[in-house]
Amino acid sequence: MSYSTAEIWTIIAIMGIGTFLIRFSFLGLIGDRPMPAFVLRLLRYTPVAVLPGMVAPLVLWPGATDGQFDPVRVLAAVATVLIGIWTRNVLWAILGGAATLYAAMGITALL
Amino acid sequence: MTTSTVKTPAKSAYWAGVRDGAPFILMAVPFATLFGVIATDAGLTLAQAMGFTVLVIAGAAQFAALQLMVENASIAFVLLAALAVNLRMAMYSAALVPYLGSAPLWQRACISYLNFDQTYITSVARYEARPEMTVADRVAYFLGVATPITPFWFGMTFVGIVAGQAIPDAWALDFIMPIMFLAMVAPMVKSLAHVAAAAVSVSVGLLLVGMPAGTGLLIAAGSAMLAGALVEVWIERRAR
Repeated sequence: MSYSTAEIWTIIAIMGIGTFLIRFSFLGLIGDRPMPAFVLRLLRYTPVAVLPGMVAPLVLWPGATDGQFDPVRVLAAVATVLIGIWTRNVLWAILGGAATLYAAMGITALL
Repeated sequence: MTTSTVKTPAKSAYWAGVRDGAPFILMAVPFATLFGVIATDAGLTLAQAMGFTVLVIAGAAQFAALQLMVENASIAFVLLAALAVNLRMAMYSAALVPYLGSAPLWQRACISYLNFDQTYITSVARYEARPEMTVADRVAYFLGVATPITPFWFGMTFVGIVAGQAIPDAWALDFIMPIMFLAMVAPMVKSLAHVAAAAVSVSVGLLLVGMPAGTGLLIAAGSAMLAGALVEVWIERRAR
């Protein structure tokens, strides 16, 4: 890393302010003015629209394996989703997914 | 979720939030520690690494910025890429408006500061399930969810900086974040429209993975929201 101290603090400060403004944007400016019905309908799908697309590349091409397809990680991801849909509980899905990940890693290490 | 015994409603909403936020400590601990370790390895001082975590509180963007800084990217590019990773939060901000828009400005500002993936998704799931919640209850619940996560996020970054020991790759900590995000979203998939949105999100996200950081995801998310809304309209028409 070859930035000066001032440059590093500039990056941190602008990232902090920029991130806050992104988060504050709609909630801060629109307030309780009514939004069109179709916009509300769109917004209902925000979580399921953002997270799967963000995670899918990490599942298929993990950084830790230099982008190589890794059956262990895919298995853990599938287990997490299935347990999440089945139990409707975030904690069980995290625990089940992590347990699958480490169990599968252990088994492949033994083979 | 348990039904809480009602004393002061806002107070019990706050504690319900604390309870629902607590599981994410499991994720905050390894992630924040890892950020502290990597930031120190990359050459940030203790104050800089802590400043990063406290001012930005957005794990994915912090890691993205650090990665680009290690590669000595231009300052403008570091900022653009890291902020692009955070653009999804503009959608979170918009999605909170129907629930929290009439709260006082300072409360909306506090919530904006704490509006990250875990607090947003946990809170919206609760707001959807309980439309009868008052705005004050919703604010209290949101702050409740943030309460157990945020101190661990800050504190464990500090531990990571001070301990400075690299965590062995064998722990596969890289994959805790994907597991957590999948675990958060899977229980929310409760209709055909949600399935359609998730499927479009995954396929467009994979197709556009080569685009500059964050931009492919924005397009994927936009098309997925549209897909969800259109399928919902279509199902309503058929039901009539």
